[in-house]
Parts: sequence; C-alpha cells; structure tokens
Amino acid sequence: MLLGIFTDIHANRQAFAACLEAARLRGVERMICLGDLVGYGADPEWTVETVMNLVERGAIVVRGNHDNAVGVLSENMNTEAQAAIEWTRGRLSAVQRRFLTELPMTLAEDDRLYVHSEASSPPRWRYVRSASDAARSMIATSAQVTFCGHIHQPMLYSMSVTAKMTSFVPVSNVPVQLLRGRQWLAVVGSVGQPRDGDPAACFVTFDTDTREITYCRAPYDVEAAAQRIRDNGLPLWLAERLSVGR
Amino acid sequence: MVKSIVAPGAEIDGFTVGECVHQGGMATLWSVTHPDIAVPLLMKIPRVSEGEDPAAIVSFEMEQMILPRLSGPHVPACFGTGDFARQAYVVIERIPGETLYRRISELPLAYEEARGLVGKIALALADLHRQNVIHHDIKPSSIMFRERGEAVLIDYGLSHHNQLPDLLQEEFRLPYGTAPYMAPERLLGVRDDPRSDLFSLGVLLYFFTTGVRPFGETETLRGMKRRLWRDPHPPRRLRADYPPWLQEVVLRCLEIDPVWRYPTASQLAFDLGNPDQVKLTGRAERLKRDPLSTVWRRRFNRELTLPRAKADMAAQLASSPIVAVALDTVEGSDELNAALRVTAARILATLPSARLACINVLKLGRITIDRTLDEQGQNKHIDRMVALRHWATPLKLDENRLTVHVLEAIDPASAILEFADVNRVDHIIIGARTSSMLRSLLGSVSSKVASEAPCTVTVVRPQRLAALAGEDTSDADSQSSVFPSF
Repeated sequence: MLLGIFTDIHANRQAFAACLEAARLRGVERMICLGDLVGYGADPEWTVETVMNLVERGAIVVRGNHDNAVGVLSENMNTEAQAAIEWTRGRLSAVQRRFLTELPMTLAEDDRLYVHSEASSPPRWRYVRSASDAARSMIATSAQVTFCGHIHQPMLYSMSVTAKMTSFVPVSNVPVQLLRGRQWLAVVGSVGQPRDGDPAACFVTFDTDTREITYCRAPYDVEAAAQRIRDNGLPLWLAERLSVGR
Repeated sequence: MVKSIVAPGAEIDGFTVGECVHQGGMATLWSVTHPDIAVPLLMKIPRVSEGEDPAAIVSFEMEQMILPRLSGPHVPACFGTGDFARQAYVVIERIPGETLYRRISELPLAYEEARGLVGKIALALADLHRQNVIHHDIKPSSIMFRERGEAVLIDYGLSHHNQLPDLLQEEFRLPYGTAPYMAPERLLGVRDDPRSDLFSLGVLLYFFTTGVRPFGETETLRGMKRRLWRDPHPPRRLRADYPPWLQEVVLRCLEIDPVWRYPTASQLAFDLGNPDQVKLTGRAERLKRDPLSTVWRRRFNRELTLPRAKADMAAQLASSPIVAVALDTVEGSDELNAALRVTAARILATLPSARLACINVLKLGRITIDRTLDEQGQNKHIDRMVALRHWATPLKLDENRLTVHVLEAIDPASAILEFADVNRVDHIIIGARTSSMLRSLLGSVSSKVASEAPCTVTVVRPQRLAALAGEDTSDADSQSSVFPSF
C-alpha cells in the first residue's frame, strides 16, 4: 500500500491542496498526518475540516505542538507563533478545537511509528537536529521506521545493528529502500512552511510492500498564501518567509 | 540474524541454487537458475554469522541498494534482492570469463594494449559516474570484459551513490578499501568525489605499463598516508621508452589534489582514445619525483590536505563536458564559421573545465580512390588540421582544452555521429547548410546529426537579413532565420 505522509501543514490551504493533488496523481491510498495542522497560516478552518474529512475515510493523525497550543494557554512559543495561535483559536469551532487537542501523541502501525517531534519524549517537543538526536529517538522505540516532522527540514537517518549512524539529505523524487537490517528515522519536510530553502511544499510517500520512501515537492501559489496571511493581519514575517522557504 | 538457508538444490524466491562457485572474505557466490531468466546467474550471499567482519553486512547493504538501480553494459544486470529478514542475497548476471587480475603475471603489458584496456575501463567509469555512483574499489579484480569488449565493473560493496544514504559514512574508523589503489583524499574521509576513481585507475595504468605499483603494497595507515604528500616515481624513470603522452596521462590521474586530475572519466577516455592529441606538459618528460621542498610543503601545509566541502557530483560532471564543433573549413562560408565560433564561445564561457573538439570531415568519393595529397601535392589532412586550429584561435582556449580531428568518410553525418558516440561527446555544435540547392541534392548533414545524435545538438545558422518585399520565400527554412538549440 502506498502511504502519503504530511506534516506541519500550518493552515496553508494552497500548499496542502497542492500536496493532496500531487499525492492523488502518485496513487497514494492512505493519508497519514504528523501534526501541526494549524498555526502561522491563514486558513485553519478549511485545513482542520479537510483533515477531519480525511480521517473519516481512514486517514490517521497525531498531535503537534501548535495543535496542542490551541487548547493549552501556557505553551512555550515565540511571539509570532503565539500571535498566530491566539488568532487561530478564535477562528476554530469548539468541535475543531476538541479534535485538535484530543489527537494522540503517537501512533504505531506494523513496524512503523508516527510522531510529531521524536520518540524519546514526545510531550517535550524536542527537535531532531543531528544524528545523535536521531539516535536518541530510535533507541526509544522498537519500531523499525519512525516518521516525524516538527523541524521543517527533510532528513533521513539510519542506525545499524552496531549503532552506527548515517544521516542523509534526501533527493526529491529518488526512492530510497528502507532496508530491514537497520532502523530508520524519516524526518518529513513541512507542507505549509518549508525551511530548507525550497519554497515548494514537501511530503513523502512510503510503499509498504517495496519499503521505498520518496520525498516529494509540490510547487504551489505561494503569493496567494502570503496574501491571505497579510489580509488577516497576521505577523508579516510569516508571509515573507514562505517565498524564500526559510 | 537468520542462519543461511543456501545449499545446492534450495529454492529462494523462485531461484534454484546450484553449486558454490566462489568463497570470498565478505561473501559466497552460487550459480542459480530461474525459469523466466535465460542468462546465467550468480547469487551473492553475505557472510553474516558470528565472528565475521561486520563490514560484510554494510557492504552487502550498499550493493543491495545500488545494484538494482544500475543499468547498461558496464555493470552486471541485477535480477533480484532479498533482505536479512529471511535470506540476504542479490542475484546478478554471471559475466563469463575472468577478472583483469588474471593478467597480473603478464605485466608489464605493451603500451598499446594497456591503452586499449584502460580506455575501456574509463568509458565504463564515465557511464557509472553518470548514474551517480562512485565505485571506490577500482582494481584488477573488480574489472571484467564482455565478449563484445566493453569493460564491466563488479563489486559495489564500497561504493557511494550520490542520491542515496551512504551507509559506510561512519561505519569504519579507518578508510576501507584496497590500499595500493586508494586515492589520497579517501584517507581523509572524502567519499563523494568521482575523481577518486580516476586516481585508482591511474594506479592500475601505472602498474600495468611498468609492472610496479606506484605506491607499493603497504597496508598500514601510516604507509598509505605518504601518498598525501609523496608523488610516485615517473614511469619514464622505470622504462626509458615510456611514451611521453602516456606519462602525461598517468601522472595527471595520480595528482594528489583531485582538482589537478582529469575532471571526468570521459575526458580521460578521450585522451586515451586520441593519444596524438594529448597536450604534453611538464609531467610528460619528468624523470624525477617532486623535490623535497615541495613534498615538505605539502606535508606540513595542512590546508592543502583538508577535505573539501561536499561536491555536487552531477554539477561537476555537467560542468566538464566534451563539446564537439563540426566545421566545414573548405566550403563553409566565413559567415557561418564565425557564427559557429560565437555559439561555441557562448557555451564554453560558463564551463571552465569543458573541452572543445573541432572536427572536420574529409569526404571520400564513393568510387574514386582518394589520395591524401591534393593536385598541388599538399597533404589535405594537415591542411585541414591547421585550418581548424586557425578557426579556434580567437577562442583563446588553453591548449589542453582544445583538440582537432580530421575524419575521413563517405558520409559526413555518420562520421560525426560515430565520433560523438566513441568519444562520449556531450554536445555537438554544427552549422546548417545554407544553400538550399545543395541541401536538396545531398541531404542535410545537420538534420541527420540532430535527429540521431546520442547527445544535445545545437544547429547554428547566421542571422539572415530581412527579405526584400516580393523576394521569393518559398524555401520553408527562410521562415525562421535562427534555429534554436535542441
């Protein structure tokens, strides 16, 4: 089965719509969302509604720190993120807010683990910035493949049976077979706010039969998404960073 | 880890196991058959039991990732892989014959034979590098030849794929590979420079033409590190009759800093295929190694030996193309030849490592027996080469970036196409024949080249002046005065 894995959508309607269409063209059969549906972007209602519809058709979703912040007032966030989350809270219905705050922190399926930040301590929202961060996450789980998001930069780590690490910046559209002899941590790039220098929206596909992961990019109408942010009076930097992918 | 279930008669994923044909340190090889596959097959099984070298597993994983992605005549075709969950294996095409290692007792080989062998290996490497793979274990026992002559590179256990995770990245404290052939930068942990393979091939060429390994057979890290500052004895010191062009090629491959080697395997193959066109430098005639002052400067100047930032393999290959310009120095108009020069200059301007091969076809009659001398007794061949060099002078290219070739053929388009194929040309620049009468009689050389070439072709046509009102414009080509690149 071909899985489509999305993370850090951040209420960017244009980016998420482009990814869903790209995933459909690639033949994705099942959707997985690794959290942070909202925050930063200007279309939280549409995004949450779209994901809730996907869940009805079998998609699974875990909770991100921005989803969590919709319900918890004391989340540790920078000023712009805080401003965006307060604005978001006012836009969502009670049903949508409850959907976000009641999402599970992690989900396991066969030999795979889905988590927003990393596996060693999901509620601490730690970033995977290095091979040693990745090792800490992999040691904490028996899953052979962990999928996470949170840092908005695609990466692929592996750990051999003798605990030797490899780190790799994935090349778009080049499938990599996740060999069974080692553990893998796939950091999925962001749909709605890429920060690796490429403004195109990012997602991955994973074929559960061939065990091939493919990092994909979906170009979208960045200016339209930025204009929505400006029109809604959200911090201007949140609009500007979309066009540079930083 | 599961115990190996491989034994004669066993069946694994449709493959029936036959006899064990080789037991190596890292893997065993078995002949296998499959009802749907006609070619002879080998199954490679890694040694993974307790007490075996842990490198065997990682090397096997690398082969398992890389082999299924390779294609073409220079690699063994891959027919299936199995992972450690049940039985780890790869099934590959069995190449008949033996590896180049068999020839070691016959060294040194004749220069001409070594040139031919190494030229074929360079073409195989060019093909491999184009598929984003650096072999990292080029040595006689990794090389075989098909019956039709193409070199085949086997054993990808130490290879690096530029678009896949490098599982050997942090696996070993010491560089892993075959000591006598290992490039100096490998000792510093650099695994992403395709020119490391050119160094290894230079070691092989030196060894096969002198009978001596340029850096000896040392296996210690300390002994191997000497090649970071100490250059080998020039081959001419060992064999007085060593051709200068060959020494030029060998020593360029063995340059300590990859920047001074050939930028691509295609360019090395080009020189081996055209020895009379090799630009000789100070390397060609040397009889001594570098003076101690130079060696010490290298040894104690740490900056020179620091690993560089990650190279983008595809970008490096793309920046070092072989560009061929086909010129008609006899019938071609000055205007067209000038336009060809402008186009060539534009293409070369952004590519400091590109080479330009100027080619001209000396047309042979179908019936008449052509003589090399013309009516005035002048050598046509030499005249044409002089004319080609003259054409290229305004481009102000370094001598080692420019070669000239006069091809003799009945059909010019076929000759140009064959030259491009044999020399792995990346880009052909050719002029459109302007006279529509001649074109209709003889057919267009440029259109045949453009439609059949194995690479990019740019057809050049001088900008035509605007037609006067009422002038005949029945010639379809006059609708567009400049052909775009395609």
